[in-house]
Amino acid sequence: MEPYKKHESIAALMDRSNVDTDQIIPKQFLKKVERSGFGVHLFHDWRFNDDGSDNPEFELNKPAFKGSKILVVGDNFGCGSSREHAPWAIADYGFNTIVSTSYADIFYNNCFKNGILPIKVSKEQLDKLMAEIAANEGVCFTVDLENQQVTTPGGNGFSFEIDPFRKENLLNGLDDIGLTLKHADKIDQYEQQHKQNFPWLWA
Amino acid sequence: MHALEYAMKKTMYEKIWDSHLVVDEAGQAPLLYVDRHLMHEVTSPQAFEGLRMSGRKVRNPHSILATMDHCVPTKNRNLPIADPIAKKQIETMAENCRENGLNLYDMKNPNNGVIHVVVPEHGFVHPGMVVVCGDSHTATHGAFGALAFGIGTSEVEHVMATQTLPQKKSKTMQVVVNGNLSKYASAKDIALAITGKIGTAGGTGYVIEYTGSAIRELSMEGRMTLCNMAIEAGARAGLVSPDEKTYEYLKGREFAPSGAAWDQALAYWKTLPSDEGAVFDATVVIEAADIAPQVSWGTSPEQVAGVDSLVPAPESFTDETKRKACESALAYMGLTPNTPITDIKVDYVFIGSCTNGRIEDFRIAAEVAKGTKVAEGVTAIAVPGSYHVKQQAEAEGLDKIFTDAGWEWREPGCSMCLAMNGDELTQGQRCASTSNRNFEGRQGKGGRTHLVSPAMAAAAAAAGHFVDIRKL
Repeated sequence: MEPYKKHESIAALMDRSNVDTDQIIPKQFLKKVERSGFGVHLFHDWRFNDDGSDNPEFELNKPAFKGSKILVVGDNFGCGSSREHAPWAIADYGFNTIVSTSYADIFYNNCFKNGILPIKVSKEQLDKLMAEIAANEGVCFTVDLENQQVTTPGGNGFSFEIDPFRKENLLNGLDDIGLTLKHADKIDQYEQQHKQNFPWLWA
Repeated sequence: MHALEYAMKKTMYEKIWDSHLVVDEAGQAPLLYVDRHLMHEVTSPQAFEGLRMSGRKVRNPHSILATMDHCVPTKNRNLPIADPIAKKQIETMAENCRENGLNLYDMKNPNNGVIHVVVPEHGFVHPGMVVVCGDSHTATHGAFGALAFGIGTSEVEHVMATQTLPQKKSKTMQVVVNGNLSKYASAKDIALAITGKIGTAGGTGYVIEYTGSAIRELSMEGRMTLCNMAIEAGARAGLVSPDEKTYEYLKGREFAPSGAAWDQALAYWKTLPSDEGAVFDATVVIEAADIAPQVSWGTSPEQVAGVDSLVPAPESFTDETKRKACESALAYMGLTPNTPITDIKVDYVFIGSCTNGRIEDFRIAAEVAKGTKVAEGVTAIAVPGSYHVKQQAEAEGLDKIFTDAGWEWREPGCSMCLAMNGDELTQGQRCASTSNRNFEGRQGKGGRTHLVSPAMAAAAAAAGHFVDIRKL
């Protein structure tokens, strides 16, 4: 996983709430056995017309949002299916940061496994950010994970909370499995005890 | 109560959590032990690829049970899968399971079916376990008093390699359902009514424990339906404390303990229910008698109403986000505000899925379908959740009731719940569906889904529109 670095990038606006993972990556694209190449299908049913051409009405098709790394979106983002294809598609498309008031739990966890920083803000803060983008499409925000700070040219900057363990992993691009396996002896001990307590699970 | 005594009262969630903690050190996420790992073909291939690339092995192959369900055809099973990408996914699953020595119920296996239907049939999940699967409807197994939740593919790989998961402890929510359900109101209606009440984000960050007399009255199948949809209310897991029904259901099944081990297991299971006086972080109370058969009218499972009500108008929502959501949902669904729900016509009816694909679901639907005919212009399909459900239904003659009424009786699979296998709606078609999600395009691009119980689906098939089954 790539370490997450401080960056300045276009902030794209999607003023929609309860965006579910079926919309982020529709089911017809879940049959692949690889992890890569999902970005071209991100938001497929909203993004493309039936003939395959870009739907100009869809937010992310606006020229001002091309190349954006920061997605600013409404409440409860990523609800529904657990499919990790959703963050794979988001990352592959080019986003590494999401800003919303809330996320579904499974999606939120999945983001961190894929180098995506999901930032939580208050409703009031989100409204300000959305207004700033709407008034100046193509505006760039700066995200500084190290200092847990977002700055915007319109003065709507803020600091955000994040679990220190997850922050460290994102900053260093660390692999969760490697970290867990440092505790291999404890897992062995637990398992020995488990076998004694619940022998029927091991029969 | 004395403070210390108070602190010792634990909820069932806390008991399971505490007994599965492997590492709990400051500065890092607690590491939780995983007893059972369920798998299907869609969310596992990249996890196996990851294992291979890092030279790691599956730590406990016996903890895994795998099936093929999402992409499998529900008819002409004897023919090769037409979609080459789906075919490759199915073949990859078989290869991965063979290579790692995993127990797989493949498409041709008599135990095959939807993962969350198959697993309980074989008694693979017991009370007090921690159970994961790369599938949000893993919540189903909370019906047995197991902490069961959906995970992403990276986590699937993590569990295969380490038998553990770094986890953040959830808050606890008690949903109390008091009293008795009216005739024809079901576990599905309770689940939809709860989602309607607390919203799809209402349970985010929580594990829900369902309590109250209406929950005790539910069969194991009903409890599975209810816990299955905990995720629709945002909660990763739902729980029902085990009781005699749970033990009765498990006894004698393939992976259930037997002999002296049964007594030992049973003694342990009986320690699991939440202690009297244990404190939940939130409590929601619902009266069962108030729950009418539910019909979703929008594109989110929280957009539901009783069958005896009207399609809401956007202005009726004071919250701006909800008003906007209603507006766009009605546009997508092609519905006009204030239309009686019973005036909504359907083109398609689907009974099946991990929510409502069990024997009890087909029994109640057959009771309603018996002697009727599917309305003109309506396609109705019944898709058993597993081959065992299919066989049982056929032994009881239920298949005959459906086919006589003009329904298609299919092979098991996820089918139209998420329409990955070719069973899908076309643009604008409207479906009464016993599945769990009414998201835009879920059952096919432009398709319109109304979530209902099996009895309501069967009644809609015969009438061609929704009907209040209480009045039949």
